Amino acid sequence: MTIPLKPNPPLALPRFVILLRYSGKKALRLLLLMFAVSVVCFVLMKFSPIDPIEAYIGGEHASLPPEQIEHLREYWGLNDGFAVRYVKWIRGLLEGNMGTSIVYNQPVADVIAEKFSASLLLMGTSWALSGILGFSMGIIGALNRGKLVDKFIKLYCLTLASAPIFWVGILLLIVFSVWLGWFPIGLSAPIDATAAEATWGDRLYHLILPALTLSLTGVASIALHTRQKLIDVLDSDYALFAKARGAGKWLLFKRHGFKNILLPAITLQFGTIAELFGGSTLAEGIFSYPGLGKAVVEAGIRADLPLLVGIALFASAFVFAGNFIANLLYAAVDPRIREGARRI
Amino acid sequence: MGQRIPLLEVKDFTLQFKQYGRGLKQIETRVISGFTLDVHAGEIVAVVGASGSGKSLLAHAILGILPSNAATGGSLKFKGEELSQSLKERLRGKEISLIPQSVSYLDPLMTTGKQIESPLRKAANAVKSVMNRFQLGDDAKNKYPFQLSGGMARRVLIGTALTSGAELVIADEPTPGLHKSMVDETLGSLKELAALGRGVLMITHDIDLAFVVADRIAVFNKGLTVEVADAKAFEASPDNVKHPYSKALWHALPQNGFHSVRGKDYGEEIDAGCDAGEEDDA
Ligand SMILES: Nc1ncnc2c1ncn2[C@@H]1O[C@H](COP(=O)(O)OP(=O)(O)OP(=O)(O)O)[C@@H](O)[C@H]1O
Ligand SMILES: [Mg+2]
Repeated sequence: MTIPLKPNPPLALPRFVILLRYSGKKALRLLLLMFAVSVVCFVLMKFSPIDPIEAYIGGEHASLPPEQIEHLREYWGLNDGFAVRYVKWIRGLLEGNMGTSIVYNQPVADVIAEKFSASLLLMGTSWALSGILGFSMGIIGALNRGKLVDKFIKLYCLTLASAPIFWVGILLLIVFSVWLGWFPIGLSAPIDATAAEATWGDRLYHLILPALTLSLTGVASIALHTRQKLIDVLDSDYALFAKARGAGKWLLFKRHGFKNILLPAITLQFGTIAELFGGSTLAEGIFSYPGLGKAVVEAGIRADLPLLVGIALFASAFVFAGNFIANLLYAAVDPRIREGARRI
Repeated sequence: MGQRIPLLEVKDFTLQFKQYGRGLKQIETRVISGFTLDVHAGEIVAVVGASGSGKSLLAHAILGILPSNAATGGSLKFKGEELSQSLKERLRGKEISLIPQSVSYLDPLMTTGKQIESPLRKAANAVKSVMNRFQLGDDAKNKYPFQLSGGMARRVLIGTALTSGAELVIADEPTPGLHKSMVDETLGSLKELAALGRGVLMITHDIDLAFVVADRIAVFNKGLTVEVADAKAFEASPDNVKHPYSKALWHALPQNGFHSVRGKDYGEEIDAGCDAGEEDDA
């Protein structure tokens, strides 16, 4: 996209038309992506050595009469070829039916809804926490470039950026749950309470460690990125000029820094949703947190194809939405894109 | 001139960069050496020199915004007081203001109106009158730098100096890219500033421009003041200046025959001609 210098070209389109056209293009791309994802899932399952029936009934497999097993196979539709199963699945999907999960013996849509609400709490908390924390750390580092605080922040980020999530999670678990006994070892509610009985207090209490695990590792990229962006701004000609006009450090940041670094930070933070999704899968595994991440692992190791495809589609839509929002926000904040887009 | 304390006094000013050469060996490159000049209230002094001769660095040194690897020597005084870094920081934007050389000195995410407004004093009226004056219409007020033409952006830069109310204005190449009428307007406002009792240091590579507005001209080559001459006398005849580089500049003007200054290196003659180029305020 070239940026025209001339002001107000005659063919400026109304804003909502541009937005509509943009969204349409994106929606089409999402459909293609989902199609590809579903095909890949089916193909992978075709080559998977795991037999869902065996996984479902476990070791008692041998003791079950063969006609029973045959019945189950029929019930789950396992006797068809993968191509037939795919066509049937697509047909169901078009009617709004995502199939039935073998592992949970429930409609896939219901399983996803239930598990996702737990995951959303975890992901949302750590996303917001890592965003705000990382952004602030980046600013503090850049404003104190080369000083001890900055060095500390940089060291922390570089160490954490290369530390695997499961390692951090297990470390926190050992220190805070096992040694100090401050936090529960796992789950999202006390083990003797049913889901309905668990209070918000219980849930938050169980949320802290997994959310902390994700946030502690999540701050690294946004902090380093923000730090570098702010340093670039502070080294720019326009910052030099602001100094020459008498602006002090704080005014310089307020007048020129904030707006110029907010933009890349927002984009980056929405772009990390994919990583967050992956990270929460690991964190949920470590803390036995009953969310989507744990469900997808179950679906994978027990060859629950409908659930696996369902979650994969859901995840791609979720990540896609994150990037989409990032782009919209980007356009809303950056005048060069906002005004430029109107004259494509 | 003479007895009054000058607004700005530059004496034997030197500027050098520390750089790392091969194998971590530090080398010093001297960009300005032995520069001497003063600017009184109510006058326009032009500094004329070739590209890369250190003109912008001189301006940045006065404002205390040099890059960290620069070191300076000699003395800079404002109203007779030695300009320390902390004094510079106190004065800039209030008593001394800069019109920077390029459009990259504008914040890409800030609208014209805010850009012109001084960060230190919020005065909507001042912004409005400056914008009217430089034919930046009301719609320009909410435009971002990328939406401005080169000339408009340049006018915004000049406008920034006028909202500060500074006593000393340093204009670093204020006119390139401007339409003839805007050049006149710009030079007109510099003259007006001088008439109001402010001092103006105008940096340019265009000696013709200096002839139009300046009271005195400092010819600057390879970081040295070659000489400081009275603008009127200089314009009238090359015989009124002593240094061969100044004479060459004069001859290079279109109206004087357009003889190229380039082809020849005046480096040695500058060194030899240092004494001859001493300031001459008689
Ligand atoms: N940070 C730096 N480190 C080393 N050398 C530098 C640095 N900044 C500038 N220089 C050198 O100093 C010299 C003078 O630069 P300056 O910008 O003052 O030139 P100028 O006279 O303003 O030129 P122009 O008319 O093109 O604007 C240049 O040769 C440049 O390479
Ligand atoms: Mg320059």
